[in-house]
Amino acid sequence: MTVDLAAIRGRAWLFGSDISTDMLSPGQYVHHPMEERLKHVLESARPEFAGEVKPGDIVVAGPNFGCGSSRESAPQHLKDLGVAAVVADSLARIFSRNAIAIGLVAIACPTISEVVEDGDVVEVDVISGRVNIPARSVSLEADRIPEPMLDVLRHGGIEPLLISIAAEQRDE
Amino acid sequence: MYPQPTAAEEILARAAGKDRVSAGEYVVAQVDAMMMHDIFAADVLSMLERTGIKRLYDPDKVTVVFDHMVPPPSVSAAAHQAKARELVRHFGISAFFEIGRGICHQVMVEEGRVSPGQLVVATDSHTTTYGALGVASSGIGSSEMAYTLATGQLWFKVPESISIVLEGRFSYGVTAKDLILYLMKAVGSTEAQYRSVEFGGPGVGELDLADRMTVSNMGVEMGAKFAIFPAGFVQTNKEGANYAASHTVLLDSLAPQIAVPHHVENVVDVNEVVGTPLDQVFIGSCTNGRLEDLRQAASILRGRHIAKGVRLIVTPASAQVMEAAAREGIIEALTEAGAYVGGPGCGPCFGGHLGLLAPGERCLGTHNRNFRGRMGSADAEIYLGSPMTAAASALMGAIADPREVEGISAGRELAGVSASGSGGSGTGE
Repeated sequence: MTVDLAAIRGRAWLFGSDISTDMLSPGQYVHHPMEERLKHVLESARPEFAGEVKPGDIVVAGPNFGCGSSRESAPQHLKDLGVAAVVADSLARIFSRNAIAIGLVAIACPTISEVVEDGDVVEVDVISGRVNIPARSVSLEADRIPEPMLDVLRHGGIEPLLISIAAEQRDE
Repeated sequence: MYPQPTAAEEILARAAGKDRVSAGEYVVAQVDAMMMHDIFAADVLSMLERTGIKRLYDPDKVTVVFDHMVPPPSVSAAAHQAKARELVRHFGISAFFEIGRGICHQVMVEEGRVSPGQLVVATDSHTTTYGALGVASSGIGSSEMAYTLATGQLWFKVPESISIVLEGRFSYGVTAKDLILYLMKAVGSTEAQYRSVEFGGPGVGELDLADRMTVSNMGVEMGAKFAIFPAGFVQTNKEGANYAASHTVLLDSLAPQIAVPHHVENVVDVNEVVGTPLDQVFIGSCTNGRLEDLRQAASILRGRHIAKGVRLIVTPASAQVMEAAAREGIIEALTEAGAYVGGPGCGPCFGGHLGLLAPGERCLGTHNRNFRGRMGSADAEIYLGSPMTAAASALMGAIADPREVEGISAGRELAGVSASGSGGSGTGE
């Protein structure tokens, strides 16, 4: 799956501040089958989310999105539900690293949560660091993702990137 | 005129092959050492196998230590370790330490797998421990570790730094654990989050290597990316370097500190919780399972017996620690006092086995986290304190102030607490 990182477009699901890895990937379900685990993603914030989110939708949130533990399942669950990107006022450090590591676009865009309404169409240009909300004629500057991490995203995450590195090893 | 680099900037610039880097910048840096333990080694190496990676960038930089689920308490843990062993062989990792060698961070230091000025990553949040040796070290996820093993490098955001200036000397009964618990309260994660914490000042000499490892270890609980002491050529708290904040701590002013349920930042002076009844006391972990810690505990427990109704679990941080403690008669003093002394490893700290708590039980431990459910039942309570506080509490069957244990407080020299201020053992500052 290749995504045009300059033109991600989707419907916004709006969340508040301090959305934690426990809300994204509740600890009590970690040993349950994946299908079951996905039903509980963000249920403590918006119970309808996991059932109604559509592939290509975008999660928009307030500050400190993804705070808490280092579990990679937190961004992975969003990716598995088809979420195309996370755009938040700010991102917790380990979450933002893990998101990119598993190939989920996660970008910090200060004040985004104050201008987006739930259901708005949001356009994200990861390459130039820009977020647009066409219906509101709003265009915001977002944090740029540095090149080595963009390269990971272009490959769809570290695992696919390693596959191409492995191919280079064979060619040597 | 450029500002002086902080320790984090200096180490990351060198590792990234640049003259200078500044806080906020992203760099791709060569990593000097990588470590994995039994919980993640199989996952990381399986990803490499799955993606077709034939060889590691440099297997000699890689260390694998089995310390968490040791000896394996379940068939699934045993199978997980068997898979990791097979892949460790497959990828030619020779620095592999089997069960019984000790806790990964202690083993890395004892085996000389880290040294001042290095950039080190590991699949464990308490990787900040090596900051005691002037190392910039931090925990990473398993995908990032797989990438680092394959390529030898990883991307880093250069963190801002905070300067902590230590002055004065510890009073009797007050230790490095009390210092870091105090900093959890006084500085905490709102300020230290993602930043590099540098320790300096004249009081640094009061802390020996074991003490510094305790402080750097829990730096991550403040949210810190690195927690660096001066060592070798690595200097901290430099004149002319940019610090986002600075704090001075007068060691003499500290009392024994206790983190109360259910967060490490909920820290109070011990007198606020003295008398709280306990079911279990735990002395061990990468935070406080070293020889110095066991020695301090034994200084209080020798010739006495723990209270009825409380159980004491002690797990040395490594085989070397256990052997030295045996030679000094510490193990005997502890078992005679009624302790269960287990083998080297993480013990019950992470909640896997070896002393989990029943609903409604209360434990005081020398480890690093007291989150709800960390050590068994979510309806149990965990308090954190120093080895001296833990030993005094085991004696009383309730949280106790180690300065008030009868027959001990007068004889400071008996307590095995260095008052000489020699400090810095092996750190070559």
